[in-house]
Amino acid sequence: MPKILRPLEVYGVLPQTNCGECGESTCMAFAAKVADGVADITQCKPLFKDPKYKSKLQKALEVTRPPVKPVTIGTPPCQVIIGGKRVMYRHELTYHNPTAIAVDVIDDMDADSLIKRAKAIESYSFERIGQQLKLNLIALRCVSDSPEKFAKAADMLSKNVSLPLILCSYNPDVIEEALTVVGDKRPLIYAATKDNWKEMLDLASKYKCPIAISSPGNLDMLKSLASTFVGTGMEDIVLDPGTFVRGDSLAETINIFTMLRRAAIEKGDKLVGFPLMAVPAVVWMDPEGDEVEKKMKESYVASIMMTRYADLLIMHSFDPWVLMPLLVWRQNIYTDPRVPPSVKPGVYEIGKPTDVSPVFATGNFALTYFLVRGDIENAKIDAYLVVADSEGLSVESSVAGRRLTAEKFAEAIKSSGLDQKLKKKVLIIPGRAARLSGELEELLPGWKILVGPRDSSAIPEFVEKVLKKEMELT
Amino acid sequence: MSKELLDLLKLLDQASELELQDVTIEAEELAIEFLPVVMQTMAVTAPEAAVALKKVIELKMEKFEPPVIKYPGSIPEVQIGATRAEGGTRGKVIKIGGETCPPFYRFESPPKNRPVIALDVFDQPIVPLAGPVKSAYKDVLEDPAEWAKKAIQVYGADLISLHLVSTDPTLKDTPPQEAAKAVERVLQAVDIPIIIGGSGNPQKDLQVFQYLAEMTAGERLVFASATIDMDLDAVAKVMSKYGHNLVALAFMDINQAKELSRKLTEAGLPKDHLILDPTTGALGYGIEYSFSVMERIRLSGLMGDETLQAPLSCAATNAWAAREAWMKVDEWGPREYRGPLWEATTAIVGLLAGADMFMMMHPLAAKIVKGLAEILSKPKLDTKLEEINYNDWIRMRV
Ligand code: SF4
Repeated sequence: MPKILRPLEVYGVLPQTNCGECGESTCMAFAAKVADGVADITQCKPLFKDPKYKSKLQKALEVTRPPVKPVTIGTPPCQVIIGGKRVMYRHELTYHNPTAIAVDVIDDMDADSLIKRAKAIESYSFERIGQQLKLNLIALRCVSDSPEKFAKAADMLSKNVSLPLILCSYNPDVIEEALTVVGDKRPLIYAATKDNWKEMLDLASKYKCPIAISSPGNLDMLKSLASTFVGTGMEDIVLDPGTFVRGDSLAETINIFTMLRRAAIEKGDKLVGFPLMAVPAVVWMDPEGDEVEKKMKESYVASIMMTRYADLLIMHSFDPWVLMPLLVWRQNIYTDPRVPPSVKPGVYEIGKPTDVSPVFATGNFALTYFLVRGDIENAKIDAYLVVADSEGLSVESSVAGRRLTAEKFAEAIKSSGLDQKLKKKVLIIPGRAARLSGELEELLPGWKILVGPRDSSAIPEFVEKVLKKEMELT
Repeated sequence: MSKELLDLLKLLDQASELELQDVTIEAEELAIEFLPVVMQTMAVTAPEAAVALKKVIELKMEKFEPPVIKYPGSIPEVQIGATRAEGGTRGKVIKIGGETCPPFYRFESPPKNRPVIALDVFDQPIVPLAGPVKSAYKDVLEDPAEWAKKAIQVYGADLISLHLVSTDPTLKDTPPQEAAKAVERVLQAVDIPIIIGGSGNPQKDLQVFQYLAEMTAGERLVFASATIDMDLDAVAKVMSKYGHNLVALAFMDINQAKELSRKLTEAGLPKDHLILDPTTGALGYGIEYSFSVMERIRLSGLMGDETLQAPLSCAATNAWAAREAWMKVDEWGPREYRGPLWEATTAIVGLLAGADMFMMMHPLAAKIVKGLAEILSKPKLDTKLEEINYNDWIRMRV
């Protein structure tokens, strides 16, 4: 079973002076945040500075080290941290450090296309629930076999975009040439293998860069290489156990990633306690399948590998419809599982509502909110959506459990200011809250209360058949 | 002379102070027995070479042990459908569940049964379908029997989920006797088992289920769904009396799932006739709660919680609630691809969380998920990893 960090364990290794330098008023409060993964032990400055805490510091670093080491690629402000995982399953503790997504470029593209693609990768962005969903790195693949060409491409990338780089070649000469120009930006070196590891390890330590160890399908060798690297003090390691997708090999890929992560987290195997990387781009090596099939496969292989513990993905396809499911799933899976999925109670505008627009009401369970909102959008009308506090529960259970009452709806309406603002006062309550309508009429004089459909998917129909007439009458 | 020996002799040559008089040189043994001595001596006598040699560290060989765990519990196997010999009329039966480890942990055991895909059929074309879905079924929308046939023969569904939407009191409110006609026609048109879905109204669904369970006695169908606000005692009794399976639908809530399971089994529903559905939110619309509840249910079941030992059902169809799946937005790319991929991704998330039975809509999404389920559930894999030149990905030209 995973060893989840307890606040008391962290507290034990803190100075316990409540000095406040970390920004928390007490060491205990700071310990709780560290245990939760929202604060980092390094923020306790006295622990690191004051020599009298030397032995505590050593313990602190041991105690707080996650079973999967965090690894930083790039330099501030454009760095990406991957790994740092403490649990296998999302319900045990919020996952931290979202899977980083890289898209590839090759070194023998002409300068214009290279820069154009790199800039497009960097500026790709998709807004959802108030967040910008973006890509995180550029993977430069060496297809030319020429160290000069590769270094030149790396140089051009670093001058034109700020995303961190992954330098991909098994040839140490190629990597070295590129490191002479971008080595100070902490690119990820891909990859050390059983054949080139000595040279690659030298380069990683010389340039102080993180390095991927690739041992496709051979976990004994993967672990041996990791052990050797750790033995020399090199711990900025990313593991590449190989992404196999051809035929039925995907089953084994999933198996391998799952084994590695469980060994690290539940069996405490430190030598595999490093971020894992997968390369969904390999679907493009398959001679079979048309372009659309390949894109679909690349997308769902990426989603699968992200679910099964990949901390870093290298993609080739770059179409919005390929990336959207992946980015949205990443946003979903990295949310806090303990907080009820709720939105803030209040008024939300849909379209451009005016003083004669209808008002829909619902509870604040996030899913309800998003569905209702989507359904009102489908109805293609401008409206207000008043979200009452149902304590994060669905409308049905909150009404049944007396958590969502007529008073709460009335209160939400009153505090929204809509009472004064609107000329036409039409309120649509959810079908599942129908029994509150009588009481609401009393609490909201001057309002016309309508009972909407039980399922919000019927809102468009309701708008056509009922609401439009009512709005004219009012 | 072997190459190793030549190399070694060359080395010996450089390390001039190496003492050799105490040994008889047997060429074969030399490489093995004297290399450490050579290195030692060189470290003393050739300082420039020592720097180079110090770097020649050896690979520290390790062995990776698969992290196997023992689970006190397992998931019952549920049989869907019954052949003539078993008291039904189905040509094929389907088995789901039977897990003894988390989903696709092949290092512990390969899955016992492949997750199965049901394609949705509606008894009347009164629910609006998303564009990409509608175009796949436009020729059969009026006839559930033809629709079911197409879903199986053309689109490869493992089974059919027939949703009796017309029984919805807020839509057509058709009585059970009327709804039964569609069920009868579909059962005649196809020889695989079916899932019978109600309207979601707990009182009406109970009436419909009671009537149809008796009518199809012995067929071992699946009825979907029993909810917390239904008369659970009555629905459990009718299912066990006529030998059917029942889906218990909990609203993304593990405690509700436990309560449903306990009440239904206490009322007489056999454990191997229960399927749990913790509700599937669409990708982007709550799917992570479905994912985590499914994972928790499955892990708790394996760890011995008997109320949570049941195969899981996942209505990936709900993916179409997401506008990202169906809405025409140019910068999102063609919805003909986007929609099925959205549904497939929703289902795949469920698959990885442990779902055993999927209700789906789009033929392409169903095909993707079925193909994956087949691959992931193979008892033994055919592909040899060594035969795939994975490393070539760096130099591929695409
Ligand atoms: S900085 Fe360290 S010692 Fe000071 S309050 Fe924070 S945790 Fe305690």
